[in-house]
Amino acid sequence: MTLWAPPLPLVATGSGREGRKFKGISCELGFLNMAAPLSVEVEFGGGAELLFDGIKKHQVTLPGQEEPWDIRNLLVWIKKNLLKERPELFIQGDSVRPGILVLVNDADWELLGELDYQLQDQDNILFISTLHGG
Amino acid sequence: MCQVGEDYGDPAPEGPPPPRPGLRSREPKCVKCKEGVPVVVIRAGDAFCRDCFRAFYVHKFRAVLGKNRLIFPGEKVLLAWSGGPSSSSMVWQVLEGLSRDSAKRLRFVPGVIYVDEGAACGQSPEDRAKTVAEMKLILQTLGFPWHIVALEEVFGLSPSVLRCSAQEPVGAVGTYKVAVDSFLQQQHTLGTERAGGSPSPTQGEERLSPPGTQESQDPAGPPPAAQTEALSRLFGSVKTLTAKEEFLHTLRTHLILHVARTHGYSKVMTGDSCTRLAIKLMTSLALGRGAFLAWDTGFSDERHGDVVVVRPMRDHTLKEVAFYNRLFAVPSVFTPAIDTKAPEKASVHRLMEGFLLRLQAQFPSTVSTVYRTSEKLVKAPRDGCAAGPRCLLYSATAFGAQTSGFSQTQPPTPRAGAGAPTEVGGAQDRCQGAGPCGSSVPAGRTPEPASSSSYAMAAVRT
Repeated sequence: MTLWAPPLPLVATGSGREGRKFKGISCELGFLNMAAPLSVEVEFGGGAELLFDGIKKHQVTLPGQEEPWDIRNLLVWIKKNLLKERPELFIQGDSVRPGILVLVNDADWELLGELDYQLQDQDNILFISTLHGG
Repeated sequence: MCQVGEDYGDPAPEGPPPPRPGLRSREPKCVKCKEGVPVVVIRAGDAFCRDCFRAFYVHKFRAVLGKNRLIFPGEKVLLAWSGGPSSSSMVWQVLEGLSRDSAKRLRFVPGVIYVDEGAACGQSPEDRAKTVAEMKLILQTLGFPWHIVALEEVFGLSPSVLRCSAQEPVGAVGTYKVAVDSFLQQQHTLGTERAGGSPSPTQGEERLSPPGTQESQDPAGPPPAAQTEALSRLFGSVKTLTAKEEFLHTLRTHLILHVARTHGYSKVMTGDSCTRLAIKLMTSLALGRGAFLAWDTGFSDERHGDVVVVRPMRDHTLKEVAFYNRLFAVPSVFTPAIDTKAPEKASVHRLMEGFLLRLQAQFPSTVSTVYRTSEKLVKAPRDGCAAGPRCLLYSATAFGAQTSGFSQTQPPTPRAGAGAPTEVGGAQDRCQGAGPCGSSVPAGRTPEPASSSSYAMAAVRT
């Protein structure tokens, strides 16, 4: 696991942890405030796959970044990288269009905090469209 | 009435809507059994675990059938399957329901129909053949007799589709109970008769209609190109997507009813879910079909005489259906429809769907409120069979014919004036107040379109 130097000046003894919001994965040598690359499976069903070249399952590796990955960021990423056409049929504002269900590991995302749920490695996120005609 | 995004003076808070009660609390346990890990949230804040959700879902299906008591034991029922999630779920429920132990087993005899609408949607023949092959694969695993018909066959329908055969009065509860009791007795005697062989519970049903000998209707090949061409032209000539969708729906219904009649099915089950019916209700109002709301969105639709259309999935929301299909691996096939990838404002249906679902996201009881309203719609009794001309598109008495109900003192004349589906007494009083109809309706008068509102008023008793 690599250590990324934080952008702010750090006291050498590691006490820079004080006053800084702790995020991400820590290792014994210090702490990380960047999310490591995540490998997740993104699935589409109910006609939503039509917007993604007809491919239902995508195994994606999300690059490491400053903030941890949550569904909100994932949607932005999907819009930029996976969505082939008609973004307004999938995304509305910063969430999915009403009528599209989101399941994380086969559980309703409403139980997990909806957009604020933080992704874990090897999660399965499924988007099912219940709209007529996808 | 609240509108999504409307500004009430002080700026609405930006960002996600305020947390709904119960959802953000993230109860770690199922609300029903208090033990399991919840996987799905139904309604506003009820978290169910997997097993409780399954029990809840299946129970709802059985309860809707049991409460309405329309399907008699041994009856032949045609399941209209489009491949989509709701109808697949319905077929699956029927499959499971038939295979239970004898006390709780469903007792009717099902068949499945799939209508290939590729021509209306502009699909190429190869795509259509591929889709039909996929459907066939699934249909063959079901074990019911199945029928695959192409929409082009609607050209071959005889006018008998419109014939209103003598309607049997909907049996009282006593009739249903008597039928069930006699059926059970029959089963029992059959079981004791077959002393030697294995008296499996399905033997009784097989006597009534052996599934092996019932032919499954397979299209001999793709329909003739001329018919496909004609159908494409027909749909091409319809200008708006709204009209196309309504037209497609009508043709499909006629075709399914025709198949049901020719093969002796007395009931047709469609997989309209709660969400779809709520959208349908609002769309019908917008399209001027208010008079038929009770039949269009109710549990049963008896307008077609001998074949009754039944909607057993009307208590299930699309969310529940989608979750059930995912959690319990119900096979379904997605086929592009006539409005796939259509933008939001392409048709009244899409617009209404977008409106209701957006409202639902902010106010989770929207769909159930609309649904409950639809339950209160009362079907006005018919005065016998309509003697007048029937509307080809709506399978109901022609619009002009509905006025005879108002002229109670006039004898039913052979003009388009028989068979009023509206409430006679009340509507007459109401009509006398309204302008267009005037105080009394002489026989020769044709109604203005404005009188449709009085029909809707007569039909809705909240």
